Amino acid sequence: MTIDKRIADDLAANGVSFVTTVPCKQLAGVIEEIDQRDDIFHIPSNKEDEGMGLCAGAWMGGKRPAIIMQNTAIGVTINTLATLIQYYRMPLPMLISYRGELREPVACQVEMAVHTKALLAQMNIPTYHFHWQRDVEEFDNILKYTFMCNKPVAILTDANFWGGYGDQ
Amino acid sequence: MIRSEILKEIAPILRNELVVCNIGIPSQELHAIDDQPSNFYMLGTMGLASSIGLGLALAQPKPVIVIDGDGSILTNLGTLPTIGNNAPGNYILMIIDNGSYGSTGDQPTYTSQRTDLAAMARAAGCGRVIEVQDKDTGSALEQTLASGEATVLVVKCDSGNAKMPVITMDPVVIRDRFMTAVAS
Repeated sequence: MTIDKRIADDLAANGVSFVTTVPCKQLAGVIEEIDQRDDIFHIPSNKEDEGMGLCAGAWMGGKRPAIIMQNTAIGVTINTLATLIQYYRMPLPMLISYRGELREPVACQVEMAVHTKALLAQMNIPTYHFHWQRDVEEFDNILKYTFMCNKPVAILTDANFWGGYGDQ
Repeated sequence: MIRSEILKEIAPILRNELVVCNIGIPSQELHAIDDQPSNFYMLGTMGLASSIGLGLALAQPKPVIVIDGDGSILTNLGTLPTIGNNAPGNYILMIIDNGSYGSTGDQPTYTSQRTDLAAMARAAGCGRVIEVQDKDTGSALEQTLASGEATVLVVKCDSGNAKMPVITMDPVVIRDRFMTAVAS
């Protein structure tokens, strides 16, 4: 089973049926997998705060949502996390490609990577870091935890987790 | 007419529907005019009313009316293509376009100059886009609810705010009673 299918299967098994995405090269496979599935509705967002609004509405409408995005989005969504997701106490699994970590080829990505965990910690957002492919075994428990406590939860997935950047 | 006069006029229509209301004075006005458990008041996060309403409309079958403003749509313009490509028939985005940022002191927005939100919504792929004057809001909203089509309703009106108290209800209470209304 591919890592992309494993992630999508875990989402579906936890009743997540509404997923919004802002793309990333690392996330392309999982986004494609989610787009093709009948048990998950996929709606691409133009910006991550917009996506969090969609997820908030979907959750109030009775669906379990998730957002898939890059860690640069933490810079975009601090206000939305504080004043919408946290203030109204809503669950939101955030599957995040952790650009700028080990095996990253683009230097500028490091500039947000060095702030990512500090910002998440400042926001009191539970944060998990997947570095080896076997770390995906935690994903199911993280989803259960998220919907148990009604909080945003970050899963940072670095390039090593996704198997690097191929020939880059 | 100013926004609060429009809200007073359409309150009997809104009362029976799920309403997602924009941050700031619009929510304060709606709350003071006719507070309902089926109203979701945004207390923060400018710009996301249209997105929250879209997620809600996609997740369940009841009609959803979003009360948004020109300033908030301009803050989250990416919402229009997402609506244009995904909005289901139970989604109504009502943009009260008074050409100003009301909650911050009525500074002008670009819709008071050359920007046309109805044209932008059409260009973004929204199918049913209607622009009406303030006094025609109620009939346009009733026709839209009857149509069962995803609609962007741009309501042109005067700039100005009614003096209403700040909403002090706890956000989790607002959200919880709203979810109960959605599920009932």
